[in-house]
Amino acid sequence: MSAFHRDIQAQDEYPIWDPDGETLARPELEQLQLERLRSLVSRLAQVPFYRDQLSHRDIRPQGIRDLADVRKLPFTTKADMRRQHPLGLLAVPRKALARIHGSSGTTGKPTFVAYTAKDLETWSELCARFLTAGGVRPEHSAQVAFGYGLFTGGFGLHYGLERVGATVIPAAAGNTRRQIEIMRDLNPEVLICTPSYALTIADAARELGIDPRALPIRIGHFGGEPWTEDMRREIEQELDISAFNNYGLSEVIGPGVSGECPARAGMHIQEDHFLVECLDPESLEPVPEGEPGELVITALTREAMPMLRYRTRDIARLTREPCACGRTTMRMSRVTGRTDDMLIIRGVNVFPSQIEEALLRVEGTTPHYLIEVSRPGTLDEVHVKVEIHPEIFSDRMDRMQRLRERIGREINRVAGIRAHVDLVEPRSIERFVGKAKRVLDKRGLSDPAS
Amino acid sequence: MQTTAAGRSISLKRGLKTMKLQQLSLFLENRPGRLDAPLEAIAAEGINILTLSLADSAQFGILRLIVREWDKAKEVLEKAGWVVSLTEVVAVDVPDRPGGLAEALKILEGADLNIEYMYAFSLRRGDKAILIFRFEDPDRAVQVLLDKGLHVVDGEELISLVP
Repeated sequence: MSAFHRDIQAQDEYPIWDPDGETLARPELEQLQLERLRSLVSRLAQVPFYRDQLSHRDIRPQGIRDLADVRKLPFTTKADMRRQHPLGLLAVPRKALARIHGSSGTTGKPTFVAYTAKDLETWSELCARFLTAGGVRPEHSAQVAFGYGLFTGGFGLHYGLERVGATVIPAAAGNTRRQIEIMRDLNPEVLICTPSYALTIADAARELGIDPRALPIRIGHFGGEPWTEDMRREIEQELDISAFNNYGLSEVIGPGVSGECPARAGMHIQEDHFLVECLDPESLEPVPEGEPGELVITALTREAMPMLRYRTRDIARLTREPCACGRTTMRMSRVTGRTDDMLIIRGVNVFPSQIEEALLRVEGTTPHYLIEVSRPGTLDEVHVKVEIHPEIFSDRMDRMQRLRERIGREINRVAGIRAHVDLVEPRSIERFVGKAKRVLDKRGLSDPAS
Repeated sequence: MQTTAAGRSISLKRGLKTMKLQQLSLFLENRPGRLDAPLEAIAAEGINILTLSLADSAQFGILRLIVREWDKAKEVLEKAGWVVSLTEVVAVDVPDRPGGLAEALKILEGADLNIEYMYAFSLRRGDKAILIFRFEDPDRAVQVLLDKGLHVVDGEELISLVP
């Protein structure tokens, strides 16, 4: 734990951005959720997709008597969003929109998400809440190294920081050397980016002969990809900062669904705006509190694009245990997996996206790679095959060995597993049209995700 | 470029640039039979291999080739899908007898030249062994070798020595 984090924890009171929204007694909070859920169901009549489904099931707002009745409502999936492409799920006239964002996803076509001015206002407030919970103060400067664009990360955090009253430095994503220069010139206390990019910044600083711990950053708010407690320790150690996790997805708003407080015992879900269920992805029944399940999120207050029971495919655990910080909201664990592509390697949940993230940090090792999982004896083995091409080939054996070791190290760092790195000849990995097949699971397990 | 006494006049006339050899390096997976294909591909084009060396690890290998027509060989190999890199190396000949190599290395030791790697082969005819060096700075290395009185074998000479 950094000295700074001890300072945060030593404060007598944790500042809370919106005590009215964040510390409601649970019965009041649940009453508010129920009212908002009813109101949502009546607003859904504006959306043909939902209107058809609700009338088909004969669901009316007055039929929602308690929060458990949410289970009578239909789910929304990514596929539904694609079928309603581009803006079929709007609940307001097009001219009432203030902004449109999109999720690039990994499957090609972006899915668009729309906001009214009121939605943007809500979003700023939600980000201000978790930023305040994670130590950001009006006197701070914050460097945002997220992409600014359709991606919700950059703008979401930007507006949240402005709302807190901090000075925003919209450095945007990429050009690590320049990020470091900006940091050294402007001395921001806060860094906003993906967790893996924080480590990239530390590495780049070291390569420039700069001690990463001497950089001015003291607080990091990281999100946009799954990460681990090990990675948090590494980031905090490397940069001498306090690192906070936050969670969100563009389909329901973007960042701001939940975020950590100084206790860092899970992320507080902004329950006055989101109704979050944790379900068994197979049976779609709720799992007991504290057990891992798929998060299903209903956006209670979104005007432009209300979202009913969105199936996030993110696996996490929920708890309603009271938190030391005084917030009464439910907390969610880190996202520990995806229902669609998660691999379990020797008991460790691994996302193919983590392997990709690791490879992206070693120049020239993507796009042609393959993750091969096998079980030669009783233990799982992972081979990550990376195609050699002229930019990364050297006639020197020591350099090639170093390349291999570096890939292995990055994989271990990001995904927490030891993988065998196989450098392979060019064009030896099968090419696919469209979405590449990145994983070859030779273990013959029936359904690794369940 | 200035040079001191020991350099051979014939080499100096041709210039230091031409004294280096072009070596092709290929990435190979370490599996049975992987070595055959590239060798067959260049043989099919009638290109002679002057010498080769294989550096390998358990998982992959790097094949290093010195051939008569390196540019043609490179094109053939790349067309067939191999990753090929071109490196300048320097050949030195030493007497093919016990201690011959050690003497040459001793001379290099004092010269503060970074050797990335080296390999050696002896000629079937004659009493010479050829050492191939990959130096960090091949231009400076050629200069130093000549200064120290070692015999640098250029491409033409190597071709004449290898049957």
